[in-house]
Amino acid sequence: MADAMKMRATMEGNVVDVKVLIQHPMDTGLMKDKNDKLIPAFFINQVVATLNGKTVLESQWGVGIAKNPFIGFRIKGGKPGDKVGINAVDNLGTKYDGEVVVA
Amino acid sequence: MNQLRRAFLKNAGAVGTFAIAIATGLFKPGAAFAAAWNNLAFTAKDPAEAMKNAGYGGATESSDIVIKAPDIAENGAVVPVTATSNIPGTTSMAIFVEKNPAPMIADFEFSNGAEPYISTRIKMAKTSIVRVTVKAGGKNYTSSREVKVTIGGCGG
Repeated sequence: MADAMKMRATMEGNVVDVKVLIQHPMDTGLMKDKNDKLIPAFFINQVVATLNGKTVLESQWGVGIAKNPFIGFRIKGGKPGDKVGINAVDNLGTKYDGEVVVA
Repeated sequence: MNQLRRAFLKNAGAVGTFAIAIATGLFKPGAAFAAAWNNLAFTAKDPAEAMKNAGYGGATESSDIVIKAPDIAENGAVVPVTATSNIPGTTSMAIFVEKNPAPMIADFEFSNGAEPYISTRIKMAKTSIVRVTVKAGGKNYTSSREVKVTIGGCGG
């Protein structure tokens, strides 16, 4: 589901600045629909980032991350042409993967 | 009878799609996700308990954790938060919103050159303390700031 993800990685000095946007409803399980029925929890709960295949960031998310999640992070030691990868999964097991080349 | 048939067809369809997905390599079971999701921490309703369950108990206040967030957030559904730890040897960082129904927002573990810096957007049910905790050199540190929320964003 690469089209659900937008990524950008740019050099800022000697640090790679990564910005990631994932399309996801991030339903908390506490909201009700217009028929007063609870909308079940549906949210991305694990996200791993890699630089050239090596893990740099491992994260666990709860329902408190905003809808269509944004995450920005920085990696020291990267250079233009390196590959930044994202592997995310939601609580129903759907996976979202993305990759971008450092500009 | 009709309903049973419908349910059966639906299930058959779902299983079929999943099998194809595995066969084509779309799903690689257990490839990237090493740790199990910390259910105990994320479902805790009390912020102190959430912090403890996430491994950030007994954290010392530190001004070396810098939290950037708006003083007033008009829309609690989307509150930008950026946190940086200037404590040497920081290995992980977590974000909590003390007044949310589920206070723990997320936990981040840094390795192989990742800087102790995270920028994200969170949900806030109401005006609350936003707390960031970090692990560094086997110790826990924390810092916090208040964000006033005009319209809550957790549907609560």
